[in-house]
This record gives sequence, structure tokens and C-alpha cells, in this order.
Amino acid sequence: MKLVTAIVKPFKLEEIKSALQEQGVHGMTVSEASGYGRQRGHVEVYRGAEYTVDLVPKVRLEILAEDRDVDMIIDTILLTAQTGRIGDGKVWVTPVEQVIRVRTGERGETAL
Amino acid sequence: MPFNAIDTVWLMTCTALVLLMTPGLALFYGGMVRSKSVLNMMMMSFSTIGVVTIIWVAYGYSLAFGPDSGLGIIGDFSDLGLDKALGSTIGAAGHEVPTLAFVFFQLTFAIVTTALLSGAVADRIRFTAWLALVAAWVTFIYIPLAHMAFSAEGGTGGLFIDRLGVLDFAGGTAVEINSGASALALAIVIGKRIGFKKDPMRPHNVPLVLLGAGLLWFGWFGFNAGSALAATGVAVVALINTQIAAAVAALSWIAVEWKRDGRPTTLGVASGAIAGAVAITPSCGYVTPLGALVIGAVAGAVCAWAIGLKYRFGYDDSLDVVGVHGVGGVVGMLGIGLLASTRANDAISNGLLMGGGVDLLLRQSLAIVITAAFAFCGTWLIATVIDKLIGLRLDPEAEITGADTVEHAESAYDFAGVVGAGLGSGSQHSSSYSQRNN
Repeated sequence: MKLVTAIVKPFKLEEIKSALQEQGVHGMTVSEASGYGRQRGHVEVYRGAEYTVDLVPKVRLEILAEDRDVDMIIDTILLTAQTGRIGDGKVWVTPVEQVIRVRTGERGETAL
Repeated sequence: MPFNAIDTVWLMTCTALVLLMTPGLALFYGGMVRSKSVLNMMMMSFSTIGVVTIIWVAYGYSLAFGPDSGLGIIGDFSDLGLDKALGSTIGAAGHEVPTLAFVFFQLTFAIVTTALLSGAVADRIRFTAWLALVAAWVTFIYIPLAHMAFSAEGGTGGLFIDRLGVLDFAGGTAVEINSGASALALAIVIGKRIGFKKDPMRPHNVPLVLLGAGLLWFGWFGFNAGSALAATGVAVVALINTQIAAAVAALSWIAVEWKRDGRPTTLGVASGAIAGAVAITPSCGYVTPLGALVIGAVAGAVCAWAIGLKYRFGYDDSLDVVGVHGVGGVVGMLGIGLLASTRANDAISNGLLMGGGVDLLLRQSLAIVITAAFAFCGTWLIATVIDKLIGLRLDPEAEITGADTVEHAESAYDFAGVVGAGLGSGSQHSSSYSQRNN
């Protein structure tokens, strides 16, 4: 089992979510995130005083998946999240040792 | 005693409008600070309403508007508790109103002027010290200046209005330049916020600022047009001039930003409207609509520039009381000397650019200097004494934590954070909860 984590532009969330649903991905965790990479921040001006805002708002998607679905999920995210401009985000995959469904106590892939 | 019912209705209406300016100011200032001290910011405005009202009833009105004690600087103690005001009337012949209407109208001025000072000490004053400052400042600074500017007694009253022939319709001296110069003294005595010019201190809620600016704009009609103290033609001139100056200043402020910073901002449009209203405050009843247009345009641009001075000179006038109220007030007072017109108000003489002499401009300048010097020195003294006696400033840990939790045991926002009530299912609050009785 794998955990796919994607940091994407907030306005892309709906598009990614429905594309994944069409591919049969039936669960994910979404949270608001902020940070910066190559995009760096932006400058805001209040009454003439400039502030560099380092942290750009992003959305973080987390999807627990069976190993064989990982490539499909990554492809779907890339297809929908890509604008080609700096700041599109990142996707990474980490191995998951165990998954347990809290309601039933099921373990492993049946808990996904 | 007989009184004019129409004038009385107008003054009562304006009184309510002006009182609304203080909650409006609370929003205007509250939105500009960081979220950790927004409640403290708003608390300073609301608590000022309480303290100043009590003082005004006890002795404030009497000292400000009682018979002059001789030099045109202060009234007397002849109407403690408003006993004489009750049942008497005041005003020009044919425009008499019950004195209590005038008392309350002037009270709302004292409140909002004092509340303005909170902008200079944002995030870092102890609440106890604020309450002491409010009581001392309104007594020793506002009341004498209100007497000088507003207490007309047929030539033997206030210094500005009765003795020096200064024109100040609604408080360019006692309200605007006074609060600006006092704010400068306060900002210097209390010192900079921790992280000034280093940490980002951007406004936490600009929509609140805009809402507050809207309420101030609305209330300002009562402030300026009500200062005619009667429902007259001059009151109407003051009313529309207020609108003109605020509207054009909103645009001239963002024009400066557009040129200088590349973008017009909403904080700028709100600040500009206030700067325009400030500058037209002394001049609203004395200039033509075109004169108001000029004063507004100048005020918006000059104030947009003036708020940068604090960075150059290194004083932390956190919310720009000096740059907006002090400088805007000066623009308005000088504007009278240049643009005063007998066509707007037949009781005055023309300003320099309207065919009059330089005389009026000099008198206006003298009033500016007296007001600024008195307010700056007096407030410096008061702030220093309070600092020595009880301590003006929060300790650094409290300031960094934020005045809301430290001074008031509250926090402004609870957007379903992990420790907030939003995620609680069964219990009232997901953090521990206990009822405090007694």
C-alpha cells in the first residue's frame, strides 16, 4: 500500500477530485496548506509598506491506494493539475505499513 | 424654555450619527491590526465611550463649555453633573435647542477624538494604562482644546472661536490636529512595537477596515453638518462638502499608490476617504463645493505621502493617526485660509485665493501651531507620568502573545481550528471547559 500526497494549486482541487472520482478513487483527505518552493512568495503593499508573503496557499491531497493504482492516480493528478507555470505543485509517494478501518477493525487492503 | 424643534431634531439625529463613528473606528482600526490584538483594539474604542461619558456628565461638559475662566482656555465648574443644562436652552437666536442636546452632541466628539489615540499605541499598551490615559487626556488635553475651538460666548469665550478669529467648523484643531499631535507624542513615549519595520504586520482583515470606513463616512455627516448646530443652509453646505471631499480623496489617495506602488489598494481607498473627511472637517461650512473638491484632492494625496514619514523618522504611529488626522487636519485648516468663501457662508470673509487677504491664513496657521504644541507637549507629559506611575506598556512576552488573550482572556476568531469549538461533537468545546460561577 502507498500514500500518494499531492500539493496543488487550490483552484485545481475540484477538477482533480472529479477526475479521480471518474477513475474510481473513492476516498481522499484534503487540507489547506501553505508553503513555497521555486515559486517563492509574492509582495503585498499596505499603506505603502511592502510585505513579502513567503507562504503561498496550496491544497494538500492525501490518498491511500493499492500499489497497482498508484500510477493511475499520479497520471490523473498530473493531467488535471498541470498548468505549465511555476507553482503547480508536487506529488510524492510513500510506502504505508498498515491501514486499519476504525469502524470495523479491518486491516490491510480491505480497509482502503 | 422655548426652543426650535426642527433644529433640535437635527441635532439629536446628528448626535446618534456621530456616536456610531466610535464603533466604526473600532472596526476600522480592528481590521488593521494583527488577529492577536483585534479585540484589544476594539475594546479601546468601546471603553472610551464609557469613561468619557462619565467624565462629561461629572465635570467635562462644564469645564469645556462653562463660562470662560478668563484666558479663553478653559470653562469652569459651574455645571457639575449637568444640573444647569437640564431645563435650559442654548444656541443662536431663533435656533435654540435644549442644552442637553448640545451636551450630548459634544460628548460624542470627545469620545471619538479620544478613541482615535488608540491607533498610535496598537498592540502594546496595557489596558489599565489605556483607561488612565483616556481619563487624563480627555480632561487635560481635549477639554481645553474643545473650549478654545467650540465655546462661543460672544467674544469672551474660547481662544480660537471668540478671540483669535480662527475658522474651524467641526474640529480641525480640537479633534484632528489634536489627535494627530497627541498620537505622535504617545507613539514616541510608548516606543515601537516589537518587530517594527522587521516583522510583517499586515492588516488581518481588510474588509473590516472598509466596513469601519463606511460607518465613519456615514457618521461624519452628523459630525460636520451637525456642527452648524441648526438645520440651516450652511449645514447643507457642510453636508455635501463632506461627501465631495471624502469621495475625491479616496481617489487621489489610490492615484498616489498606483503611481508609487504599482497598484491601487482597498486599504488605500478607505484611508483616502477618511483623510478627505478629516480635511473637510474644519472647512466644510466655509468653502464652496469646488473648494471641497480641491481640499479633498490635496488631502488624499498629501496624507498618502505623509503616512510614509513614520518609517523615515522611526516612530511607530501604528495605524497612522499622525499621517491621516494630524496632516489632514492641517490641510483643512490651511485650506480655509486659502479657499474660504462668502458664497458658502456669509458670516465669514474670503480666503487668500478667493480675493481675501492673507490675514485669515495667518490666523489659521497660528491655531495649528498652538493646537499641535499644546497637544504634543501635554500628551507627552501625561503619557510619561502614567508610564512612571503604573507602566504604559505590556511586557514583551505579553505583547508577542497578543493583547487579546493576555489582557482580555478572549480570542477573536474560532474558525473550526483543532482547539476550537468547531470540531466539538458532544461536548461544548473540545478544549477543557469549566463553568466559572461567582
